[in-house]
Amino acid sequence: MSDIEIPYTVAARPDTGLNNGKIGIWLFLASEVMLFGALFATYILLRVGAVEWPHGAHYLNVPLATLNTIVLISSSVTMVMAWYSLKIDKFGRFRMYMAATVGFGAVFLVVKYFEYSAKFHHGYFPKTNTFLAIYFTMTGLHMLHVIGGMVVNAYFWGPGAKLWKKDKEHFTNRVENSGLFWHFVDLVWIFLFPVLYLL
Amino acid sequence: MSDAHTADDLKKHVRAYILVFVSLMVLTLVTVAVSYLHLPVHQAIAVALVIASVKGSLVACYFMHLISEKKLILWVMLLTVVFFAVLLFVPVFTVADRIGR
Repeated sequence: MSDIEIPYTVAARPDTGLNNGKIGIWLFLASEVMLFGALFATYILLRVGAVEWPHGAHYLNVPLATLNTIVLISSSVTMVMAWYSLKIDKFGRFRMYMAATVGFGAVFLVVKYFEYSAKFHHGYFPKTNTFLAIYFTMTGLHMLHVIGGMVVNAYFWGPGAKLWKKDKEHFTNRVENSGLFWHFVDLVWIFLFPVLYLL
Repeated sequence: MSDAHTADDLKKHVRAYILVFVSLMVLTLVTVAVSYLHLPVHQAIAVALVIASVKGSLVACYFMHLISEKKLILWVMLLTVVFFAVLLFVPVFTVADRIGR
């Protein structure tokens, strides 16, 4: 069987003016906005309906979460630099920045592990109260997104990078799309951090 | 981001990324510092959400290149923002629900 060429991976589709990957990832991100939007709406509903609502800092560790915010923002910069490195044809630099992005993701997860462990150690579970229930739900879903993004980025750092030799532009577009997802994950955290920890 | 770029264009982008990075760091520290002021709840929520919105816009506009993105994507995201806003307003209807109070 001969190779089937996937259309519009690099060239823009005449009707959309974009390659298919680009429009696909943005539509996916639109659905993700609604997914997290539903949880933010749930948070508001629970909070306005509660007789009492604790300040996030009462249960949660603000310095650790601040550190994680800094880690995720840094990973967004290394992600965009990884893409930029491909744009200027520096594959070695791409590898370095992509490794840093995955590394920052890992640091985020380690910090989150310590945070969750401390909660469990103190007997704070999702069932403990409504605040902790929504905290674990939202940060848990976000953490799954971090893991998903890391898997895809690690793939492009490793085996997926073979495409670079065959079709540079196609590979660059793929990295741009995984980057868009990664930035979205950062963006969600930018809202989760104040909503859960600081208010 | 559109595919046609000159080297100068790309260098400008890197400068923008660094500037956005520094701004995000500063805004993160500001939002944490403000939380220690223990403002009244409504003010604290307003300040935290304004700062988060500015940070989110910076990420979307510069890291996700929405600022130079094709119109089709901007329309898709605008529609998403409208639906997102509707979703966030749904809980407001519960304020009118006085059953059991």
